[in-house]
Amino acid sequence: MRKVFDFHGGIHPAENKHQSVRTPIADAGIPPELIIPLSQHIGAPARPVVSIGERVLKGQMIAEARGFVSVPVHAPTSGTVHAIEDRLIAHPSGYLAPCIVITSDGQDEWAEHSGVSDYQKLETADLIGIIRDAGIAGMGGAGFPSAVKLSVKSDTQIKTLIINGTECEPYITADDILMREQAYEIIEGTKILRQIISPKETLIGVEDNKPEGIAALRAAAQGTDIEIVTFPTKYPSGGEKQLVEILTGKQVPSGGLPSQVGVVCQNIGSTVAIFNAVVHGQPLISRITTVTGESVHEPQNFEVLIGTPVQYLIEKAGYQSEKNNRLIMGGPMMGFTIPDTDVPVVKTTNCLLAPSETELSTPPPAQACIRCGMCAEVCPASLLPQQMFWFAQGKEFEKLEEHNLFDCIECGACSFACPSHIPLVQYYRASKAEILQMRRDHEIAEQSRIRFEARQQRLEHAEEEKEAKRAARKVAAKQRAQAAEENGEEDPIQAAIERAKAKKIAQQAGAGEESELEKLEKAVVSTSKRLATATTKLEQAKAEGSDLVGALQTGVDRTREKLTAAEQALKDGEQRLGTHSAEQPPVDAAQAAIARAMQARTSEASLSPQEKARLDLEKLQHRLQKSQTVLIQSRENAEEDKVIDALESTVARLTEKINAVQQQLNAAEDA
Amino acid sequence: MIDLLTQYPLFAALIALVGLAAAFGALLGFAAEKFKTEGNPIADEINNILPQTQCGQCGYPGCRPYAEAIANGEAINKCPPGGEAGVQALADLLDLEPLPLDEEHGEAKKVTTVAFIREDECIGCTKCIQACPVDAILGAAKQMHTVIISECTGCDLCVEPCPVDCIDMIAQEESLKTWHWQLPDPVSRRVDIIASDVVFSDAPKDRAA
Amino acid sequence: MLADYSILLIGAILVNNFVLVQFLGLCPFMGVSNKLEAAMGMSMATTFVLTLAAACSNLTYQFLLVPLGLGYLKTIAFILVIAVVVQFTEMVMRKTSPLLHRVLGVYLPLITTNCAVLGVALLNISKDHSFLESLFYGFGAGAGFSLVLVLFAAMRERLTVADVPAPFKGAAVGMITAGLMSLAFMGFAGLV
Repeated sequence: MRKVFDFHGGIHPAENKHQSVRTPIADAGIPPELIIPLSQHIGAPARPVVSIGERVLKGQMIAEARGFVSVPVHAPTSGTVHAIEDRLIAHPSGYLAPCIVITSDGQDEWAEHSGVSDYQKLETADLIGIIRDAGIAGMGGAGFPSAVKLSVKSDTQIKTLIINGTECEPYITADDILMREQAYEIIEGTKILRQIISPKETLIGVEDNKPEGIAALRAAAQGTDIEIVTFPTKYPSGGEKQLVEILTGKQVPSGGLPSQVGVVCQNIGSTVAIFNAVVHGQPLISRITTVTGESVHEPQNFEVLIGTPVQYLIEKAGYQSEKNNRLIMGGPMMGFTIPDTDVPVVKTTNCLLAPSETELSTPPPAQACIRCGMCAEVCPASLLPQQMFWFAQGKEFEKLEEHNLFDCIECGACSFACPSHIPLVQYYRASKAEILQMRRDHEIAEQSRIRFEARQQRLEHAEEEKEAKRAARKVAAKQRAQAAEENGEEDPIQAAIERAKAKKIAQQAGAGEESELEKLEKAVVSTSKRLATATTKLEQAKAEGSDLVGALQTGVDRTREKLTAAEQALKDGEQRLGTHSAEQPPVDAAQAAIARAMQARTSEASLSPQEKARLDLEKLQHRLQKSQTVLIQSRENAEEDKVIDALESTVARLTEKINAVQQQLNAAEDA
Repeated sequence: MIDLLTQYPLFAALIALVGLAAAFGALLGFAAEKFKTEGNPIADEINNILPQTQCGQCGYPGCRPYAEAIANGEAINKCPPGGEAGVQALADLLDLEPLPLDEEHGEAKKVTTVAFIREDECIGCTKCIQACPVDAILGAAKQMHTVIISECTGCDLCVEPCPVDCIDMIAQEESLKTWHWQLPDPVSRRVDIIASDVVFSDAPKDRAA
Repeated sequence: MLADYSILLIGAILVNNFVLVQFLGLCPFMGVSNKLEAAMGMSMATTFVLTLAAACSNLTYQFLLVPLGLGYLKTIAFILVIAVVVQFTEMVMRKTSPLLHRVLGVYLPLITTNCAVLGVALLNISKDHSFLESLFYGFGAGAGFSLVLVLFAAMRERLTVADVPAPFKGAAVGMITAGLMSLAFMGFAGLV
């Protein structure tokens, strides 16, 4: 007999297991609709690889794993993908989650699959690959991807492989019935695991309240060196860390993993799933679920397809909703009330408990803590629930962490033992969530702080660079001035500045006609320059034969016209200004223009009506000439009709005016 | 010497006390030099608690200046993004009374928000980019501006400078990811346990049981 | 010899506890006992001050005041000694643990006015203790003070989260608790 140890605390609730093991595993059948959540495990949700309307076969992968800590999801039966949408899932929050909804076609047609009968030849990596592709997660209730758990680092020495057949929670008998009916598969699955892990010893731990299961296992394990170890029934022996302590006497360190003490645990249901995956090539598409409680007429175990709606399953067991006060997924200690019966069964659903009010009554209101210490007596993790309760109430998170809050496995033994009915586990769950949230917030705040400080640095750098440039420019200017002084050369920039200044002063002071004359001269000079450049460009373009020749030609023509006009203006200006040089020179150009206009008017006034009319006539004729030339040009250039029309009307108007003036003149002359 | 002093007790008293004071004074002066402290390490610890949104609602240009002000005696209840929990944490750290949040500086937000730029209306003026204290807005002059959600602290500083008012503050949705267990209601303990304390007006189901 | 010193210590720590039996040093007792960490810091500081002050006072008395016939100046001289020791402690604390220094705040320099410290110094004189005895007596006083302060702080922390009726919340229930503790400590009477 192998020595078994004990762990601190533990309770002995009424087992209530006999009700559901009277009959063998029943087949739950194929429901009309299957709702398969994409996240039935710890880790990233799977990504769908099918589309709506697609027909899928039984065992076909419908969602692939995302990342290392993730598992794929497979179709539990053949049918059509009805939708990929958010549906109600079995979660205490009542929120929706993305699911693939399949309408079954009743044919249950398997996809192509094949197992490996002599798996001994396979490499560990290949076996783990098969397990990952089969979508196997911890089926005892946690849902941790098995492939990840089995990917032990090469430097860790695993001494013991433990298969967890404890099933310590009351009411649940799924593993028990599995042991009774599929002992062979369990042993074979264990062998596969043994090949992957290569431990020194392999144990299957079972509580002593399952004598038939133990006998079946022992019979199947004959000849192998797999040891079936039994130990006294106590809740929660099935907890991973507690089981490790029972079978090996070693305690998993706080916040640590069993691999740190050289142990790997695997649930018995997962073991069978691994066997099916490796030997038969079947992915995880169904599981054994216990349906029990007084509201169920025929409590029993079902082999149920993943994604089966709970309503469908419990009806098969004869559910009577009027007797039921609440429907629990899981056991009475660690299960949670499901919001609606429309939720699906998932990979971790080991039990559906439908108690009546007398069986599992609504908990009475919590009373004050009387400091009795029962909770500390029963805690399997040797924690101090009483202290943690006080700190949780007072939100003293530092103290909670000092009291190893995160080692709490939320088994519920303390709440069970509390004489004041205080829901202790609720306090710990809420506190854990708050602490994790605070840690996340702190990380985000750190990020923001780093970004803020980086931005401050960036702005400071920019300022410094600007300052440096300014200083450099100043230095350079000084150097240039110095160099200019030394060499007697003109500092080009300074000279330019001075020239501009001088020009401005000259402009403002400016002797009227002289500056005006200069302006006209300058105009002539600049226009002739422009003409020269335009002509050269034209020659160049002609030589190259480019498309711009036409445009350049027009440009050249226009510039020539402007030049002639400018020269004319210069002549006129010289004439005019020469005549009026006797008068006082106006201060600036505007003044000059005003003076000119006034002069013109006075000279006009001095003219006789005849002369005025003649002057008008001249001006009009000049304007008419211009308009006519433009009109001819635009006609030649085939400009828009609008333009031509406008020009024609202008010509017409001018001709009219000329006639009018002519008449006036004639009249005046006659008179 | 001693005899001289005992003859003139006043003199002796004076010398004794002055001598004692001088000796101790010298000792303290030496100690002050030896145990000099640089900087203000408390400000670091305070800054660690502040939420780093750099929003300026406290009246200081960023979280670090406010932390230093608190270290010099400023009130601890001026940070709305930190909320009541932040005030409590500061009170715990500095062993002060936790004051209620000073509403003058803005209300504590119930939900976290992130900024969102309506890109149809953005004119590319970069005013919001210059306003963001954590450089969470991506963009350049005359180019589209957009908010990097993971870096946005919800500080609201970008909303005002926008000349076309195209920035919205959107609340983070609650979902399966943000849900977590809540503490049980402590009021449920204030229940009339003794049956005779309760007035039976209706069926027994009205009793707390 | 050892028995004498042990009796001296037991007497100072338990039987004639300075806070709960002789009712000296109540100011920091009520003022710094809200948080356990602050209380522990304060108790260590006070113990240090008590021990050092008792020793220095004794030396000052023996070698300065008595030879010059200035015994009547002991109160002033002891206050001087205590003030210097407290100032020194404050400097050391600011260097080693600025947070604790900040948390203790004004109570740290108030150790100067702690009647327990001056009381120990004066009691040493009235009981005619030798230097070593003074040292032990000072240390015992400090240890007794620390014991009671830590216990009281722990209880007050529980009281803040407990279901105390509104009129009693805060200092009121603290005082009641202190009174009950004092009753308990008086049970040591006659031990030594």
